Amino acid sequence: MSITVNGRTLDWIKDETVTKLLKRMKYTFPLIIVKINKKIIPRKDHNNCIIPNESVVDVIHMISGG
Amino acid sequence: MDISIIDKISKKLRISSVGIAGIGGLGSNAAIALVRAGVGRLVLIDFDTVEEKNLDRQYFFLDQVGKLKTTAIKENIERINPETIVETFEIKLEKGSMEKHLMDVDVIIEALDSAEMKTLFIEEIIEKLPNKPIIAASGITGYGHCERFHTKKLGNLHMCYDEQAKSSDEDFLFAPRVAIAANWEANLALELLLGKDK
Repeated sequence: MSITVNGRTLDWIKDETVTKLLKRMKYTFPLIIVKINKKIIPRKDHNNCIIPNESVVDVIHMISGG
Repeated sequence: MDISIIDKISKKLRISSVGIAGIGGLGSNAAIALVRAGVGRLVLIDFDTVEEKNLDRQYFFLDQVGKLKTTAIKENIERINPETIVETFEIKLEKGSMEKHLMDVDVIIEALDSAEMKTLFIEEIIEKLPNKPIIAASGITGYGHCERFHTKKLGNLHMCYDEQAKSSDEDFLFAPRVAIAANWEANLALELLLGKDK
Protein backbone atom coordinates (compact mmCIF):
# COMPACT_ATOMS: atom_id res chain seq x y z
CA MET A 1 0.00 0.00 0.00
CA SER A 2 2.12 2.87 -1.25
CA ILE A 3 2.25 5.81 -3.64
CA THR A 4 5.15 7.50 -5.40
CA VAL A 5 5.47 11.25 -5.13
CA ASN A 6 8.18 12.94 -7.22
CA GLY A 7 10.09 9.66 -7.23
CA ARG A 8 9.80 9.04 -3.46
CA THR A 9 7.81 6.11 -2.11
CA LEU A 10 5.31 6.99 0.61
CA ASP A 11 2.60 5.16 2.53
CA TRP A 12 -0.79 5.27 0.90
CA ILE A 13 -3.42 6.81 3.17
CA LYS A 14 -7.05 5.93 2.57
CA ASP A 15 -9.24 8.88 1.48
CA GLU A 16 -6.29 11.25 1.25
CA THR A 17 -7.04 14.17 -1.07
CA VAL A 18 -4.51 16.07 -3.16
CA THR A 19 -4.71 18.98 -0.70
CA LYS A 20 -3.96 16.66 2.23
CA LEU A 21 -1.08 15.00 0.41
CA LEU A 22 0.46 18.39 -0.44
CA LYS A 23 0.20 19.28 3.24
CA ARG A 24 1.78 15.97 4.28
CA MET A 25 4.64 16.61 1.82
CA LYS A 26 4.95 20.17 3.17
CA TYR A 27 4.53 21.51 -0.37
CA THR A 28 3.29 24.94 0.53
CA PHE A 29 3.91 26.70 -2.78
CA PRO A 30 0.69 28.39 -3.84
CA LEU A 31 1.03 27.64 -7.55
CA ILE A 32 1.36 24.01 -8.19
CA ILE A 33 0.64 21.59 -11.01
CA VAL A 34 -0.25 18.10 -9.84
CA LYS A 35 -0.39 15.03 -12.01
CA ILE A 36 -1.73 11.68 -10.81
CA ASN A 37 -1.09 8.70 -13.06
CA LYS A 38 -0.48 10.91 -16.12
CA LYS A 39 -3.58 13.05 -15.56
CA ILE A 40 -3.25 16.69 -14.54
CA ILE A 41 -5.56 17.54 -11.64
CA PRO A 42 -6.81 21.15 -11.86
CA ARG A 43 -6.40 23.18 -8.67
CA LYS A 44 -10.16 23.45 -8.21
CA ASP A 45 -10.31 19.68 -7.75
CA HIS A 46 -7.46 19.36 -5.23
CA ASN A 47 -9.86 19.39 -2.27
CA ASN A 48 -12.00 16.52 -3.47
CA CYS A 49 -9.66 14.41 -5.61
CA ILE A 50 -8.76 11.26 -3.65
CA ILE A 51 -5.44 9.59 -4.40
CA PRO A 52 -5.78 5.90 -5.28
CA ASN A 53 -3.38 3.28 -3.92
CA GLU A 54 -0.25 2.78 -6.05
CA SER A 55 -0.60 6.18 -7.69
CA VAL A 56 2.34 7.89 -9.29
CA VAL A 57 2.10 11.54 -8.33
CA ASP A 58 4.14 14.38 -9.81
CA VAL A 59 4.12 17.82 -8.28
CA ILE A 60 5.78 20.81 -9.87
CA HIS A 61 5.63 24.35 -8.64
CA MET A 62 5.59 27.41 -10.79
CA ILE A 63 8.09 30.12 -9.91
CA SER A 64 7.73 33.68 -11.21
CA GLY A 65 10.22 34.98 -13.78
CA GLY A 66 10.14 35.36 -17.53
CA MET B 1 27.33 14.56 -42.65
CA ASP B 2 24.46 13.44 -44.81
CA ILE B 3 23.15 16.56 -46.56
CA SER B 4 19.81 14.92 -47.30
CA ILE B 5 19.10 14.73 -43.54
CA ILE B 6 19.72 18.46 -43.10
CA ASP B 7 17.54 19.11 -46.10
CA LYS B 8 14.76 16.99 -44.62
CA ILE B 9 15.03 18.77 -41.26
CA SER B 10 14.97 22.21 -42.91
CA LYS B 11 11.90 21.32 -44.92
CA LYS B 12 10.12 19.97 -41.85
CA LEU B 13 10.94 23.09 -39.81
CA ARG B 14 9.85 25.40 -42.64
CA ILE B 15 6.33 23.94 -42.51
CA SER B 16 6.25 23.93 -38.69
CA SER B 17 4.71 26.51 -36.40
CA VAL B 18 5.27 27.53 -32.79
CA GLY B 19 3.08 29.81 -30.67
CA ILE B 20 4.69 31.83 -27.89
CA ALA B 21 2.69 33.35 -25.03
CA GLY B 22 4.63 36.33 -23.70
CA ILE B 23 7.46 38.12 -25.51
CA GLY B 24 9.68 39.07 -22.58
CA GLY B 25 12.94 37.47 -21.49
CA LEU B 26 11.85 33.94 -22.33
CA GLY B 27 9.67 34.62 -25.35
CA SER B 28 11.89 37.08 -27.24
CA ASN B 29 14.99 34.88 -26.91
CA ALA B 30 13.09 31.68 -27.73
CA ALA B 31 11.55 33.32 -30.83
CA ILE B 32 14.96 34.38 -32.16
CA ALA B 33 16.42 30.89 -31.59
CA LEU B 34 13.50 29.31 -33.46
CA VAL B 35 13.85 31.75 -36.37
CA ARG B 36 17.57 31.02 -36.64
CA ALA B 37 16.79 27.28 -36.54
CA GLY B 38 14.41 27.76 -39.47
CA VAL B 39 10.91 27.37 -37.99
CA GLY B 40 8.59 28.69 -40.69
CA ARG B 41 5.78 30.30 -38.73
CA LEU B 42 5.57 31.94 -35.33
CA VAL B 43 2.48 33.17 -33.49
CA LEU B 44 3.54 35.72 -30.89
CA ILE B 45 1.32 37.13 -28.14
CA ASP B 46 2.12 40.10 -25.90
CA PHE B 47 0.34 43.35 -24.99
CA ASP B 48 3.33 45.19 -23.54
CA THR B 49 5.79 47.77 -24.86
CA VAL B 50 9.59 47.64 -24.71
CA GLU B 51 11.07 49.51 -21.74
CA GLU B 52 14.69 50.41 -21.18
CA LYS B 53 14.84 48.12 -18.14
CA ASN B 54 13.91 45.14 -20.37
CA LEU B 55 17.20 45.42 -22.26
CA ASP B 56 19.05 43.58 -19.49
CA ARG B 57 17.70 40.26 -20.79
CA GLN B 58 15.17 40.65 -23.58
CA TYR B 59 16.00 40.54 -27.29
CA PHE B 60 15.31 44.20 -28.04
CA PHE B 61 17.46 47.25 -28.68
CA LEU B 62 17.67 50.74 -27.23
CA ASP B 63 16.08 52.34 -30.29
CA GLN B 64 13.04 50.08 -29.86
CA VAL B 65 12.06 51.44 -26.44
CA GLY B 66 8.39 52.45 -26.53
CA LYS B 67 7.44 50.09 -29.35
CA LEU B 68 5.09 47.17 -28.84
CA LYS B 69 7.13 44.06 -28.05
CA THR B 70 5.35 42.21 -30.86
CA THR B 71 6.30 44.95 -33.37
CA ALA B 72 9.89 45.11 -32.11
CA ILE B 73 10.45 41.34 -32.21
CA LYS B 74 8.93 41.17 -35.68
CA GLU B 75 11.46 43.79 -36.86
CA ASN B 76 14.30 41.80 -35.33
CA ILE B 77 13.08 38.55 -36.88
CA GLU B 78 12.87 40.22 -40.30
CA ARG B 79 16.51 41.26 -39.99
CA ILE B 80 17.45 37.59 -39.52
CA ASN B 81 15.03 35.83 -41.85
CA PRO B 82 12.40 37.90 -43.69
CA GLU B 83 10.78 34.70 -44.96
CA THR B 84 9.59 33.66 -41.48
CA ILE B 85 5.84 34.12 -41.21
CA VAL B 86 5.17 36.07 -38.02
CA GLU B 87 1.63 36.55 -36.73
CA THR B 88 1.29 38.84 -33.73
CA PHE B 89 -1.52 39.46 -31.28
CA GLU B 90 -1.36 42.51 -29.06
CA ILE B 91 -3.63 41.19 -26.35
CA LYS B 92 -3.48 40.45 -22.65
CA LEU B 93 -4.04 36.74 -22.07
CA GLU B 94 -7.10 36.19 -19.94
CA LYS B 95 -8.59 33.27 -18.10
CA GLY B 96 -11.18 31.56 -20.28
CA SER B 97 -9.59 32.39 -23.66
CA MET B 98 -5.92 31.50 -23.27
CA GLU B 99 -5.94 29.11 -26.23
CA LYS B 100 -7.72 31.50 -28.62
CA HIS B 101 -4.86 32.30 -31.02
CA LEU B 102 -2.91 29.09 -30.46
CA MET B 103 -5.29 26.48 -31.83
CA ASP B 104 -3.44 25.82 -35.08
CA VAL B 105 0.22 25.87 -34.03
CA ASP B 106 2.21 22.64 -33.69
CA VAL B 107 3.78 23.48 -30.33
CA ILE B 108 3.01 26.10 -27.67
CA ILE B 109 5.65 27.82 -25.54
CA GLU B 110 4.68 29.41 -22.22
CA ALA B 111 6.93 32.43 -21.74
CA LEU B 112 4.97 34.39 -19.15
CA ASP B 113 6.30 36.17 -16.12
CA SER B 114 4.13 35.59 -13.06
CA ALA B 115 3.70 32.16 -11.49
CA GLU B 116 -0.06 32.75 -11.32
CA MET B 117 -0.31 33.39 -15.08
CA LYS B 118 2.00 30.48 -15.88
CA THR B 119 -0.20 28.12 -13.87
CA LEU B 120 -3.49 29.45 -15.28
CA PHE B 121 -2.13 29.28 -18.83
CA ILE B 122 -0.78 25.74 -18.54
CA GLU B 123 -3.91 24.41 -16.81
CA GLU B 124 -6.19 25.93 -19.42
CA ILE B 125 -4.16 24.82 -22.46
CA ILE B 126 -3.94 21.26 -21.08
CA GLU B 127 -7.69 21.23 -20.49
CA LYS B 128 -8.75 22.76 -23.81
CA LEU B 129 -6.03 21.46 -26.15
CA PRO B 130 -5.17 18.11 -24.54
CA ASN B 131 -3.23 16.83 -27.55
CA LYS B 132 -1.12 19.95 -28.03
CA PRO B 133 2.47 19.82 -26.76
CA ILE B 134 3.19 22.70 -24.38
CA ILE B 135 6.60 23.84 -23.20
CA ALA B 136 7.05 25.91 -20.04
CA ALA B 137 9.82 27.25 -17.81
CA SER B 138 9.93 27.65 -14.06
CA GLY B 139 12.83 28.71 -11.82
CA ILE B 140 14.97 30.97 -14.00
CA THR B 141 16.13 33.71 -11.60
CA GLY B 142 19.67 34.29 -10.34
CA TYR B 143 22.95 33.23 -11.90
CA GLY B 144 25.07 30.07 -11.97
CA HIS B 145 23.59 26.65 -11.15
CA CYS B 146 23.30 25.49 -14.76
CA GLU B 147 23.31 21.93 -13.42
CA ARG B 148 20.02 22.46 -11.59
CA PHE B 149 18.09 22.90 -14.85
CA HIS B 150 16.44 19.78 -16.14
CA THR B 151 13.56 18.83 -18.38
CA LYS B 152 10.50 17.66 -16.51
CA LYS B 153 7.83 15.92 -18.54
CA LEU B 154 4.22 15.57 -17.39
CA GLY B 155 2.25 14.08 -20.27
CA ASN B 156 2.16 16.77 -22.98
CA LEU B 157 3.75 19.35 -20.69
CA HIS B 158 7.51 19.69 -21.08
CA MET B 159 9.20 21.95 -18.58
CA CYS B 160 12.56 23.61 -18.24
CA TYR B 161 12.66 23.40 -14.48
CA ASP B 162 14.81 24.42 -11.53
CA GLU B 163 12.77 23.84 -8.40
CA GLN B 164 15.40 25.41 -6.15
CA ALA B 165 15.37 28.83 -7.81
CA LYS B 166 13.66 31.75 -6.11
CA SER B 167 10.76 33.75 -7.45
CA SER B 168 11.51 36.94 -9.38
CA ASP B 169 9.89 38.81 -6.47
CA GLU B 170 12.80 37.63 -4.26
CA ASP B 171 15.70 37.38 -6.69
CA PHE B 172 16.97 39.12 -9.82
CA LEU B 173 16.65 38.00 -13.40
CA PHE B 174 19.95 37.91 -15.27
CA ALA B 175 20.38 37.57 -19.02
CA PRO B 176 22.38 34.32 -19.04
CA ARG B 177 19.99 32.12 -17.06
CA VAL B 178 16.92 33.64 -18.72
CA ALA B 179 18.45 33.02 -22.15
CA ILE B 180 19.44 29.46 -21.14
CA ALA B 181 15.83 28.74 -20.17
CA ALA B 182 14.51 30.43 -23.34
CA ASN B 183 16.86 28.42 -25.53
CA TRP B 184 16.03 25.29 -23.51
CA GLU B 185 12.39 25.89 -24.43
CA ALA B 186 13.28 26.46 -28.10
CA ASN B 187 15.41 23.30 -28.06
CA LEU B 188 12.50 21.30 -26.63
CA ALA B 189 10.30 22.74 -29.40
CA LEU B 190 12.71 21.42 -32.05
CA GLU B 191 12.71 18.02 -30.35
CA LEU B 192 8.91 17.93 -30.40
CA LEU B 193 8.72 19.11 -34.00
CA LEU B 194 11.41 16.82 -35.36
CA GLY B 195 11.35 13.83 -33.03
CA LYS B 196 14.15 12.89 -30.68
CA ASP B 197 16.38 11.05 -33.13
CA LYS B 198 16.90 12.31 -36.63
